[in-house]
Amino acid sequence: MTLIKKITAMLAGLVLCSGLVHAADEAPDALIKRISQEVLDVAKTDKDIQAGDQQKVLNLVETKILPYVDFQRMTELAAARNWRNATPEQQVELVKQFKSLLIFTYSGALSQVKDQRLEYKPFRADPADTDVEVRSQVITPRAGQVIELNYRLGKGPDGWKIYDINVLGAWLIETYKGNFSAEISKSGIDGLIKALTEKNAKLAKNYAKKST
Amino acid sequence: MKLKSVPFAALSLCLALLAGCATVQTETKKFTDKVDPFEDLNRSTFAFNDKFDRSVFKPVAQFYSDITPGFVQTGIGNFFGNFNDVWTGVNSFLQGNIQDGFTDFMRVGVNSTFGFLGLLDIASEANIPKHRNDLGQTLGVWGVPNGPYLVLPLLGPSVTRDTAALPIDFYGDAFSYVRPISLRNTGEVVRLVDKRAGYLDSFNLMQDAALDEYIFVRDAYLQRIGSQIETRKNHKQLREDEADAQRQIEEEEAAKTTAPPVATPDQSATPKP
Repeated sequence: MTLIKKITAMLAGLVLCSGLVHAADEAPDALIKRISQEVLDVAKTDKDIQAGDQQKVLNLVETKILPYVDFQRMTELAAARNWRNATPEQQVELVKQFKSLLIFTYSGALSQVKDQRLEYKPFRADPADTDVEVRSQVITPRAGQVIELNYRLGKGPDGWKIYDINVLGAWLIETYKGNFSAEISKSGIDGLIKALTEKNAKLAKNYAKKST
Repeated sequence: MKLKSVPFAALSLCLALLAGCATVQTETKKFTDKVDPFEDLNRSTFAFNDKFDRSVFKPVAQFYSDITPGFVQTGIGNFFGNFNDVWTGVNSFLQGNIQDGFTDFMRVGVNSTFGFLGLLDIASEANIPKHRNDLGQTLGVWGVPNGPYLVLPLLGPSVTRDTAALPIDFYGDAFSYVRPISLRNTGEVVRLVDKRAGYLDSFNLMQDAALDEYIFVRDAYLQRIGSQIETRKNHKQLREDEADAQRQIEEEEAAKTTAPPVATPDQSATPKP
């Protein structure tokens, strides 16, 4: 009995290990394809989401997408040279608020998914690369509308993580840079945090309204 | 950078000067002042457009979108898209992209005949991809700089170069020759409303995402047109990518049909460079 138990435990351990190794080894383009597909499948088939249940969309994003996004890096890049002037407390708060704004926005985009389809462009990268771009496009049935959707990913200790998204030729972080620096030059880093917090509170209110 | 002939050179020189004279006095100011010296004026036009959009344009587009069946909207979009393809094709040639130019005109041919005057986009179904080019973009490909950012009344974000090219775009648009004038004007309104209806959701999204919507739209727009011009400059690379993608899809489909429900290993999705 004990021998069998040991063997099964060992086998189970082996399977688990190989699974983990596999996840860390997953190529960036394969990662993007997998999580986009998982999210799209749910968004298209879930009745509550189709009926406009925003809370459920938020949950979906939090479980499926969040583990693969580097919000720390995104915030640092968007704040650019102002990042170094922020106190550690301000940095933590900034990441927190920007993260929540991005989640709201992404969820908003996701809840509009109906009959869109994803296509991927050929992925060129060297296996040694630690910074890559995965390019895809969203095909909508409406009169040949094609939405470019590209991702930048960086390789860290726990695998690949997304740190920038390009929609229709504009990088998200680059676009936020202007907003960030405008708020900071007007009313400092605390002013930016305040603006983000107010924006999030407003969006949260809208979400609550739509969910009920 | 590469000017093809003298008239083009003269034309782009004029536009470059036009774009240049407005930027001279702002050298000492910050980067944003260089790309957007008319910010105050632009902001008020932006506010006006926003007001007009909220009170007239968007409700009309929403109404249109609610009462018109999806296939009719697609048909209307295709119909005007077919007119666009003519001017797009001309610009593909002007940009030195001969292959795109031929496929653009092929699209017009196929869609105008088999597609019932463009109501059906048969060409896209047949994998003849749609492009969108205008003269402003062509000038950009030739090396004419953007010039200052401009927000046009009703038309929205633009840059000086593209605004200067706009009248020629209008004359290059085959639909502008439709007569009587009243029919053409009605058509143009339908075309605009249909276009706005296509962006109903993304406009809302933009408003959600931005802290300062004016800056957000401006910075996204300038990046977008910049990347479009870069892409057109690199059209050769682009075509190779498309061919690669097509081959990859074919390989995947071939693999699917030969080996059906066997476990699909993720690693095989990574193409070897």
